[in-house]
Amino acid sequence: MNHPVQAAKFLEDKSNAKWHDETLWFVRDKRDLSSKSIPEWEKLRELASGIKDNVLSNLDSYLVEFEKNAIKNGIKIHWAKDAEEHNQIVLSILKEKDCKAIVKSKSILTEECHLNPYLEENGVEVVDTDLGERIVQFLNQPPSHIVLPAIHLKKEHISEIFHEKLQTEKGNNDPYYLTQAARKHLREKFLAAKMAITGVNFGVAETGEFVVCTNEGNADMGVHLADTHIACMGIEKLIPKREHLGVFLRLLARSATGQSITNYNSHFRSPSEGKEIHIILLDNGRTKQLGREKFRNSLKCIRCGACMNTCPIYRRSGGYSYGSVVPGPIGSILSPGIDLKKHSTLPFASTLCGSCSDVCPVKINIHEQLYEWRQEITKAQSSINAKSIAMKIANGIFSTPFAYKISGQIMRGSLKILPESVTYSNLNTWGKERDLPELPKQSFKDWYKNKGNE
Amino acid sequence: MNSREQILSDIRILKIDNSELPTIPQFEYEADIIESFKTSIKTNKGEIISEEALMDLLESGEFVNVYSASEPYSKYSNCSLPEDPHELKNLDLAIIEGYFGVGENGAIWLDDSKLGHRVLPFITEHLVIVVDKKTIVPNMHEAYERIGQAHSGFGVFIAGPSKTADIEQSLVIGAHGAKSLRVLLI
Ligand code: SF4
Repeated sequence: MNHPVQAAKFLEDKSNAKWHDETLWFVRDKRDLSSKSIPEWEKLRELASGIKDNVLSNLDSYLVEFEKNAIKNGIKIHWAKDAEEHNQIVLSILKEKDCKAIVKSKSILTEECHLNPYLEENGVEVVDTDLGERIVQFLNQPPSHIVLPAIHLKKEHISEIFHEKLQTEKGNNDPYYLTQAARKHLREKFLAAKMAITGVNFGVAETGEFVVCTNEGNADMGVHLADTHIACMGIEKLIPKREHLGVFLRLLARSATGQSITNYNSHFRSPSEGKEIHIILLDNGRTKQLGREKFRNSLKCIRCGACMNTCPIYRRSGGYSYGSVVPGPIGSILSPGIDLKKHSTLPFASTLCGSCSDVCPVKINIHEQLYEWRQEITKAQSSINAKSIAMKIANGIFSTPFAYKISGQIMRGSLKILPESVTYSNLNTWGKERDLPELPKQSFKDWYKNKGNE
Repeated sequence: MNSREQILSDIRILKIDNSELPTIPQFEYEADIIESFKTSIKTNKGEIISEEALMDLLESGEFVNVYSASEPYSKYSNCSLPEDPHELKNLDLAIIEGYFGVGENGAIWLDDSKLGHRVLPFITEHLVIVVDKKTIVPNMHEAYERIGQAHSGFGVFIAGPSKTADIEQSLVIGAHGAKSLRVLLI
């Protein structure tokens, strides 16, 4: 997968690309407004980051505690080393219940495991129930954004798919009309399902409970009507105590969409009578990432999507250009850990402006890790190609921590106030689509000095 | 070694130094938490209604199948809680009592003891939650303090009606769950 090549394809449809860019920036703006309404916002980010650091430094004992409490609550716990084992566990539960269909709410983890194709190959019908996910499922596509799965599609396109799949009126593009059609269609699926799969936003070690947040209510419609609920959870999703949910629920929705909280925040502790809850705890490379000191704290991610909405590259290249399950800045530091060769262009899909790190609710130093990955990749790549030349130039700028910090500050400061053309680094392929900046009359250093004297 | 042992040992072998767990301080909040609760509900596309308005609504005949878990309105209930939750599929209106509300975001806490069936507030076409003004807490920290160690098999914060913006970011109310949320503050 080559990010610049894919991005160029995305940019071919100029009006769509513009819409994508502006819409995500609008979401980012909402996040800003929402976060500014809380005076202690920065303190909350620090707390969230600190809590997750504590979790990552004691992950084994929290996992054991979580397991013990969940079992006490009547939940069945499974452990999966990798995606294959994860999928096998899901299938074995389905077989045990003699079940041939499932409803599934949003779970990036099951995307990561490619659960849908696996189950389909084994004769199981999988219905994604989040509206955006259902839309992309109809198209046989993965989500292009972790919070807004169908953000790359226009309503005309969605209307066409619904006309074909749900027999809606041809040419009726009204979002309300289309949503109601999906509601009706999915109600039937919810009422018929015997088994439901959800992801997990947070698992609480102290109580053995887990929390799932949605706005649509699809996770709850699925699990409460089904007999069996399977919750698929990465081992990094733990938090120590219930009281910590207060911190994370204040941050999550505000960072994601600018809402103060998602409309449904469900806490599952034990199954209702006669029903079953299973939790699958998945590693799939997470312990490896934990062992990489420089990249460890990428595991703090709560999947809010804020780093995508703010990223000038993501907004202008679309989720698919990344070719990884989690796209955007965070995906670009997670994916190389899984397959360095396949994802070697991703750490370069960034201006290193640092905006991602600035908005991240758990304070992951995303742009610094992107830079670190560039170093790793430069080391790993021996052949000279265009990219490595670009890297050499980049190395000039970024070779000392000081220069790097300063350049980050320029980027950060300039992102909002300078014209678009200046906010793009011309060091790599990204320059192609951009106007070249006019030569500045003075260097930054000089300008900075003079400015100090003003 | 099974996967459980493998994962735990892969973590232990790293011998990561303990990073202290921070303590959550007390945060200040807006003086009028009832006002901020009302504003939050409206922002979330819910509606605050008066008792009279609720009565009018109930008497209007607009809702065919009504279930009330709230005692004062039980006379408007025309269906009882079925054994099988699937039978709630034609429910037009449910009235439930919330435990408490949260000022900063309009979230209302409900749990098994208030719900009867867990699916009730989701499957009903329309939802009314009755909240006692005196129970409103300022923020999520106090909300969890209030829940404390109470044990319920299921609990949920509901802050608004079911909604989505998955088609071109246009907000649509009524995705899969309740198409409206009305909150009666008493
Ligand atoms: S890295 Fe941070 S900003 Fe990006 S999705 Fe994860 S938590 Fe959100």
